[in-house]
Amino acid sequence: MNRGQLLASAAFLILAHLLAGFAGFFAPYHYATQDRLHPYAPPAPLHFVDCQGRFHARPFVYGLKNKEGSFTEYERDCSVRAPLRVFVRGDEYVLFGVLHTTLHLFGVEASQHINLLGTDGFGRDQLSRVLYGAQVSLFAGGLAGVLAVLAGLVVGTIAGFYGGLVDDVAMRTAELAIAVPSLYLLLAVRSFLPLQIGPIGAFLLVVSVIGLLSWSRPARLVRGLVLSARDRNFVLVARGFGASRFYLMRRHLMPLTFSVTLTQLALLIPQFILAEVVLSFLGLGVGEPFPSWGNMLAQAQQYHVLVSYWWMLLPGLAPVPMFLAYHALAEALQQRVGSNI
Amino acid sequence: MTRYVLRRLGHGLLLLFGVSLLLFVLQQAAPGEFFTEMRLNPQISEKTLQALRAQYGLDQPLPVRYARWAGSAARGDFGYSFAYDLPVARILWPRVRNTLLLTLPALLISWMIAVPVGVLAATRRSGWVNRLFATGTSTLLALPDVLLALLALLLAVRTQAFPAGGMASVEAQELGGLRHMSDLMWHMALPLAVLVIGSVAPVLRQVRASVAEVMESSHFRAAEGHGLGRFTLLFRHALPAAANPLISLFGLSTAFLLSTSVLVEVIMSWPGMGPLLLEAIFSRDLFVVVGAVMISTLFLVVGNFFADILLYACDPRIRVQS
Repeated sequence: MNRGQLLASAAFLILAHLLAGFAGFFAPYHYATQDRLHPYAPPAPLHFVDCQGRFHARPFVYGLKNKEGSFTEYERDCSVRAPLRVFVRGDEYVLFGVLHTTLHLFGVEASQHINLLGTDGFGRDQLSRVLYGAQVSLFAGGLAGVLAVLAGLVVGTIAGFYGGLVDDVAMRTAELAIAVPSLYLLLAVRSFLPLQIGPIGAFLLVVSVIGLLSWSRPARLVRGLVLSARDRNFVLVARGFGASRFYLMRRHLMPLTFSVTLTQLALLIPQFILAEVVLSFLGLGVGEPFPSWGNMLAQAQQYHVLVSYWWMLLPGLAPVPMFLAYHALAEALQQRVGSNI
Repeated sequence: MTRYVLRRLGHGLLLLFGVSLLLFVLQQAAPGEFFTEMRLNPQISEKTLQALRAQYGLDQPLPVRYARWAGSAARGDFGYSFAYDLPVARILWPRVRNTLLLTLPALLISWMIAVPVGVLAATRRSGWVNRLFATGTSTLLALPDVLLALLALLLAVRTQAFPAGGMASVEAQELGGLRHMSDLMWHMALPLAVLVIGSVAPVLRQVRASVAEVMESSHFRAAEGHGLGRFTLLFRHALPAAANPLISLFGLSTAFLLSTSVLVEVIMSWPGMGPLLLEAIFSRDLFVVVGAVMISTLFLVVGNFFADILLYACDPRIRVQS
């Protein structure tokens, strides 16, 4: 059961991150491509059977036409059928900053549109933006998590190893960072930094702020482990052979904390993904035109959007499977760590 | 007892002092301030800017600024708001009251739900109740609060059964005392529900885990062997023994609630600290930000202080230690 949960959640997360990493390929459109004629188009379901009741082996979506006297309400246009095609050429995108290509997993002919999750107010495809948004939200969470755990590992090891004044200063500082409600601290530090900032700068800013404010919990755990291990025989033996302090910490003490730091990582990353979503939602994180789950959801705050276009809430559901998988992973890891001791 | 209380109190005050110092140092390290944006305005001369900076004391070095702020905090002002041109405390207190109006009932309700449900869940550690509990709490943990608040707002505008945000109806001023109260309750219902749903899951899990641990212990087995009734067993023997981590969590859950409350208040336009803080960030109103963070830390410190006192009263081990 436990092993299965570990493998299943890890596999799901790897898949999700691949999906995000190759967002350009899996998304039918570029995140900034606008279809000015179809703002707020509703999600288009895939059909196999057409209006006349004929069956088609290749799934298709229907075209949209405006309702009489309205520019933003649509009904389906039975006369326009857009069959789904795989490996089509479409908008150009860049994979991992090097590979320029126009190949997409699926799409329809250039004169037609496929918006499986509908479009936003600029006629941009929601599905494509959710996939591109995953790049921001997932990688912000992951990077911030790695940053926090690394900082915690270093501070915790040093504090536990040297003890005394170093330990006191480090742990009291850690206590300060825990003493402020997390969102308040995050917002406060964000408020000290420039408001007007480009999307890449904002991404790095958000990552570093979130990551560097949250090292206290991992640092405390690591410090406890190091403190209890530093006088164990194998460490004393190594020290007797003349190992340097740096070598002792790196070779003998840090590896002991591996399983705990890994568990901490799995616990922290979902919190950080949520933090990025919240910051971008409040307009303090990654901004337009680049999508993040948070800034996409922010559009749904407007009254008319919330009332009339329910699909604008879908980006808010995107983190749910991620969180479930991370929680399952953390739980399985915790049980393993527990059974090892 | 007195020594213990004094020590916890001193610890709390030291924390507040440390956090305020940390905020000032961080703020000093960051570029930009309230008047940087004015510099872009050609209507405002450099001389006016310098005068403004001097008027608000921003041209002074960090220790002087901190000392001035600390003095003003001691007088109960918490600095001066650039945007409102008022002492921060005057702006902050009504907002604090509104936030407490939301978070305190939410705290009570979520614990009133979590304790009985968690204890009962601890008695069924296999079968469908267990699975339902595990699925339910993990779903609740995975739902972002932002989404919950938006869904609640959607519910309000779709059904028209609840007000779409705000704290009082337009005609609330003219209503009598009782009607005024019921109007307030009506506005509170949805934000409160979102806060409870968003914060109940970790508490539920902790209650269940602590009680389940006690049920494995020998003293609980002995009590069971004496043939005590189920209710007495669980609530008289298991719950007090499991109380220690729960009381600590009770102190900490104020922090969770305050963070969630920021979002709920912003989305459902509840005039609490959340919208004020956000507004202050966008207008770079430094002392309002610092004041809001200090107040939120104060709540956390007070919550932990009460938890410590409760622990002292409940747990004989702590009385012996001190």
